[in-house]
Amino acid sequence: MIIRGDEPEQIRLLRKLYKPGNYFMQGNEAVAYGALFAGCRFYAGYPITPSSEIAETMARELPKLGGYYLQMEDEIGSIAAMIGASWTGFKVMTATAGPGFSLMQENLGYAVMTETPLVLVDVQRSGPSTGQATKGAQGDFFQARWGTHGDHPIVAVSPTSGQDAFWEIIRAFNIAERLRTPVVFLFDGVLAHTRELIKIPDVDEVEITYRKLPQNEEEAKLPFGDPHGDGVPPMPLFGHGYFTHVTGSTHKENGLRDVYTPEVHDRLVRRIHRKIEKNREVYEKYEEHFTDDAEILVVSWGVTARPALGAVLKAREAGIKAGLFVPKTVHPFPGERMRELGKRVRAILVPEMNLGQMILEVQRYVNDDVLLKGVNKIGGVPLTVEEILREIRGVA
Amino acid sequence: MPEIYSKYPMVKYLRKEALPTALCPGCGGGTVLNAFANAVDQLKLDPRDLVVVSGIGCSAWIASPYFLADTLHTTHGRAIVFATGVKVGLPDKKVVVISGDGDLASIGGNHLLHAARRNIDITVILVNNFIYGMTGGQVAPTTPFGAKTTTTPYRNIEHPFQISETIAAAGASYVARWTTAHVYQLIESIKKALTVKGFSLVEVISQCPVQFGRRNRMKEPAEMLRWFLKNSVPLAKARKMKPEELEGKFVIGEFVNRQRPEFIEELNKLINEVQEQFGLKEV
Ligand SMILES: Cc1ncc(C[n+]2csc(CCOP(=O)(O)OP(=O)(O)O)c2C)c(N)n1
Ligand code: SF4
Repeated sequence: MIIRGDEPEQIRLLRKLYKPGNYFMQGNEAVAYGALFAGCRFYAGYPITPSSEIAETMARELPKLGGYYLQMEDEIGSIAAMIGASWTGFKVMTATAGPGFSLMQENLGYAVMTETPLVLVDVQRSGPSTGQATKGAQGDFFQARWGTHGDHPIVAVSPTSGQDAFWEIIRAFNIAERLRTPVVFLFDGVLAHTRELIKIPDVDEVEITYRKLPQNEEEAKLPFGDPHGDGVPPMPLFGHGYFTHVTGSTHKENGLRDVYTPEVHDRLVRRIHRKIEKNREVYEKYEEHFTDDAEILVVSWGVTARPALGAVLKAREAGIKAGLFVPKTVHPFPGERMRELGKRVRAILVPEMNLGQMILEVQRYVNDDVLLKGVNKIGGVPLTVEEILREIRGVA
Repeated sequence: MPEIYSKYPMVKYLRKEALPTALCPGCGGGTVLNAFANAVDQLKLDPRDLVVVSGIGCSAWIASPYFLADTLHTTHGRAIVFATGVKVGLPDKKVVVISGDGDLASIGGNHLLHAARRNIDITVILVNNFIYGMTGGQVAPTTPFGAKTTTTPYRNIEHPFQISETIAAAGASYVARWTTAHVYQLIESIKKALTVKGFSLVEVISQCPVQFGRRNRMKEPAEMLRWFLKNSVPLAKARKMKPEELEGKFVIGEFVNRQRPEFIEELNKLINEVQEQFGLKEV
């Protein structure tokens, strides 16, 4: 086997180590266990609050599974080591928070350009800068989207609870492998440190995907071609005698750089965009509650989607026709569905733990006749059901 | 294919479709590529067992894309950490980093120190041409005191980084420094570096006639080589000299050649121990 983590031996180990059942654990631990179930066998990172328990769990568990934990000298080294390891066939992950995420941005762009599968967990904390280092926030929505330079697509997944994080991190790995792309996992300090009941499934219940490998020499010679027409090139791994050349500079289908021919750059960068646009079914995911007859729509993501659901339920009890839309993959934004829902409602509220970020995406898809309002709170304390309910009543 | 390529026996190690190289005529990078290919040839290494990683700069191009192996051309300064991930995945391959002094010792200086400390089995060939060649000849952390560059138009008032001395102290298994005027010693050192278990560094003082030589009264490549030869001091002799006497000299030779526990071996040993401790080994 070439991709690490899918050997029968790994199934045996997972089954032996992690008995299915209910556990009481932190969101961060749920992320780490999800990654192990997804086949992650290489972790390189640098400690930062509120993400450190992911590193600690990986450091403890990975060796048991024959996997590798590397504590690097900084975040730049961490993402670089992950990319190197990914080219040898590992499923790789790192976890960090805002400042570390900023340091990783240059090589996140490198991973986009070289089409390297990896999962980057950003446990969002309150910024800018060192801000409130130990507090949760949702301030990196756009850092995930636009943090690195140039024209690039990105896929970002954001879970709404610890249990959700377990399954969503597996989905993040599957997207990364399927589309040969980095995936950002936007977690947050509140869920990261909340302890709750997490159900660990049997290995058989977990569906996992592996990257496409070249089927013959021809395909291996074109590490950046598109032989299957889905925009996703098979990935010739290092160490197999293919003489693969990988560069972050503009390159032709065979990997060799050509930074002078406009068409080469155009062809490469457009294909990288196209493979994300065209494969929407691979990553698009959202949740809906009471949207069928909703007049007031709450659109929320990540940690805030939980009090938002509480508020919508209470509003319904009070006879207010409220509904909830939760993008689970936040980039690319589920714009089509947002547009449809936007046509049917009178008002849209967007609660977030920031001063208004995802609301700008929502705005792109709704008409001016809809009342659009942010419900924003910063300072490290999550929004409550009451705070969101008050706003729903305000527009009811 | 021009005739020169068919006459050159080492051409079999090069990616022909990437030739001719983008290096200036007379650049020391050519010598380094030649020395590396000869070392690989003399050791009878199969290029399929090599992964060559480089950062950004003229020197980074020496092996990636020109050397025919798996090659990873990374971001500026990060070659060693990319290589670290590769080595974990492919412990049986030789992982080599070839890049410039700006790349490896300035922006990537911290990674260089930590790779030496970790003693990971990677070979680094650091091309020290005293300058940022690719970006047009700005001052580098290796630029000699008093030299002129585009960003030290009057003179350089900073002191050059003694890379080999520092990396030897940081814990590397093997460290050597030569100049491009010491080709045979250079090849021997690259061979040793490739064979030693642990972190190895071969620092090559190399000529950049275009960006450095031209501004420091050595426009011709040969003038730079004569300057190297005249000012090279073997390590044994240097140890008896005073710091003032060594000012502006190039200390050449093997700084360390020793055995220390190696990172990947230790990592795999640890994994084995843990698996045994938890009764996870297949019986
Ligand atoms: C983050 C970043 N900063 C700056 C640069 C611009 N840059 C390209 S090459 C280079 C210097 C290369 O110098 P050196 O490693 O000494 O190589 P040489 O060209 O002299 O062989 C710099 C600063 C870059 N590519 N990336
Ligand atoms: S600028 Fe200097 S280092 Fe770069 S290729 Fe030319 S001679 Fe070599």
